[in-house]
Amino acid sequence: MKANGKNNRNNDYSDRARAERRLGWMLAGPAFIIMLAVTLYPILQAFFDSLYAFRLTAPDEREFILLQNYVTILSDPVWWRDLWTTVLITIVTVAVELVLGFALALVMHRALKAVRGWLRTAILVPYGIITVVSAYAWFYAFDISSGYVNSWFDWVPGIDQDLNWFAQASTALPVIMASEIWKTTPFISLLLLAGLAQVPDELTEAAKVDGATWWEQMRKVIIPNMKAAIMVAVLFRALDAFRIFDNVFIMTNGQYGTEVLSLLAYRTSITRLEIGLGSAVSVLLFVCVLLISFVAIKVFKVDLAGTTGGKR
Amino acid sequence: MRQEKNRTRRRPGAVAAASLGLASLLLSGCGPANSGVPTLTWYINPDAGGQAAIAQLCTEQANGEYRIETSLLPNDAAAQREQLARRLAAGDDSLDIMSIDPPFVPELATFLAPVPEETAQATTENTLEGALQGAMYEDELVTVPFWANTQILWYRESVAEEAGLDMSQPVTWDQLMEVAAAQDVELGVQGSQAESMTVWINSLIESAGGTILENPEAEADEIELGLVSDAGREAARIIGTIGDEGLGGPGLATSTENTSLTLFQGESGSFMVNYPFVWPATQGAVEDGTLDQSVLDDIGWALYPRVSEDTETAPPLGGINLGVGAGSDNPELAYQAIECIVQPENQTEYFLTNGNPPSNSEAYEDPRIEEQFPMADTIRESLEIAAPRPQTPFYNEISSGLQQTWTPPDEVDPETTPEESAEFITAVLRGERLL
Repeated sequence: MKANGKNNRNNDYSDRARAERRLGWMLAGPAFIIMLAVTLYPILQAFFDSLYAFRLTAPDEREFILLQNYVTILSDPVWWRDLWTTVLITIVTVAVELVLGFALALVMHRALKAVRGWLRTAILVPYGIITVVSAYAWFYAFDISSGYVNSWFDWVPGIDQDLNWFAQASTALPVIMASEIWKTTPFISLLLLAGLAQVPDELTEAAKVDGATWWEQMRKVIIPNMKAAIMVAVLFRALDAFRIFDNVFIMTNGQYGTEVLSLLAYRTSITRLEIGLGSAVSVLLFVCVLLISFVAIKVFKVDLAGTTGGKR
Repeated sequence: MRQEKNRTRRRPGAVAAASLGLASLLLSGCGPANSGVPTLTWYINPDAGGQAAIAQLCTEQANGEYRIETSLLPNDAAAQREQLARRLAAGDDSLDIMSIDPPFVPELATFLAPVPEETAQATTENTLEGALQGAMYEDELVTVPFWANTQILWYRESVAEEAGLDMSQPVTWDQLMEVAAAQDVELGVQGSQAESMTVWINSLIESAGGTILENPEAEADEIELGLVSDAGREAARIIGTIGDEGLGGPGLATSTENTSLTLFQGESGSFMVNYPFVWPATQGAVEDGTLDQSVLDDIGWALYPRVSEDTETAPPLGGINLGVGAGSDNPELAYQAIECIVQPENQTEYFLTNGNPPSNSEAYEDPRIEEQFPMADTIRESLEIAAPRPQTPFYNEISSGLQQTWTPPDEVDPETTPEESAEFITAVLRGERLL
């Protein structure tokens, strides 16, 4: 395509730059189209389905009801209970993971070169385990009939042989959160380690020379310089934690007040086969995820473009 | 397996070409692609290989008229239903034969090919009453009974003896609760928020002379529940008392059929309501050396407990029926195959090898059954009087609603639970509430 029009934006580019752009589109185009097909299409289809009262096993009774499904969901205590449970899991797990992950990152950062590789591998082991497998491991450890936790830890106040961990939310949720923290702290610590490595040594050296204590170095030099890494870690983990499914599904299947939003979407669409209502739950879950991303990026000013060559 | 079949149908050349590597490995596992012989896919629930063996046997007996391939469904009944419903709704033509749990029959009935008159006659002549009920919907046979399951009362003879209970006579739930409280032993019941809870509630309400669902054929928004009744309150009283007084042990709120069995085999075991699988499982544990022979020797059995002395018992009903998908390319052949599968001798063999009781009374006449399952007569009698769970296309909503409102057992209250449960389920059925 020749750049001969005055108003043509391509005039701003040289021939070579234009050729590169074209090549870029040719290379990225197919992937872009596939991404649209596998993400945008299902999202639009889910929104379309959410406007109907539609049960999979009664296709003839499909009825257009506009936003009634959304009204039903948002006026139901089950939705708000599940939302609260999901938010609680997200906040607690991300907060604990952030603190633990940062501590682990510091250990890895400071570790002697000889053991650094081994240390990183060891810390990463839980993250390498499939979530379903780790969920079963935690379930069997705490289960009242097959678990060992009750007999090993019955000297701890509050734990005895008769404690049925999964029979109420107050004990089941901490187990679910602990398994989530155990599983994904390595991920957050790796991200933070990358952030730590980016803090120039000269800055910390200068702070030391100026007589800053360890805490002051952390607070005024290291943490501000790795803010982007922290925010990316928090965002990624918050989105992950908000979409938690496997752990809850395996350990309690959502019984006794431990249900989370993904499980509600799953049960409505897959178990009840209520495609309309289930799609509406999924769309609302998607909106929540979008909101979290929006808040994290705008309010905390996360620079996601930073890793690909800076803002344009 | 299904994909393999489609491939052989549509692209025989491609299969022949894939002579190396994984493709050929898969092919050797699935058998050669017989040209001209229709292949029927039988979606089976997991078992100890019994259904695959019957499929093989019937393929041989068909003399080249058809061959049966099995395809495995997920582990639990609810997940099996989900997969079958999705495939049926999508018009999947590979659903030639399906193993279906009785409570899901009404929901799937509209997607099933009608049972031919001659098949109905040939396969139900000696079917036990409970099993026959579970295979029907709106007074019509829509599936063919294959095997039937029921819960009976298992007890430790030492406990019953010490309590002075005459186990040859019908026993009531109150008697069991009294013994458990007096002897400080635990009852094996299933209090988890799962299908087993619906099974328990249904049997209690039916035994108390009530019913969970008043009008099974009604539309979702017109369904009337019988929970707010004397029978409903009586059921809630029994479950609530067992929960509140800790008679089901500390694990009651998450107890399933398997955990009940573990409890029953333990030191505080007393009485347990459970399916016949417990017998081969206990025998296996003794053979493996994980359980003492004295436990096995101490086990007795009787009909499921009744709610009160002057009412009948209503044992739970389970099992598997066989259905044919309306989209199947070969429904006639599929029904022909089903006639072969459910033959009494196959049911007998299936009981002996897999521990799943026959739905056909004739199949119990083999002397090997009495030898291997000394409680076979009790099982057969239980199947005659078993009460199916609500037979409605909205069973899943009713069952999930019951599970959510009648658990944990220690919070079940005869004054409030039946009413709250009925209101909740009715609102869900009307589309006003999430489940």
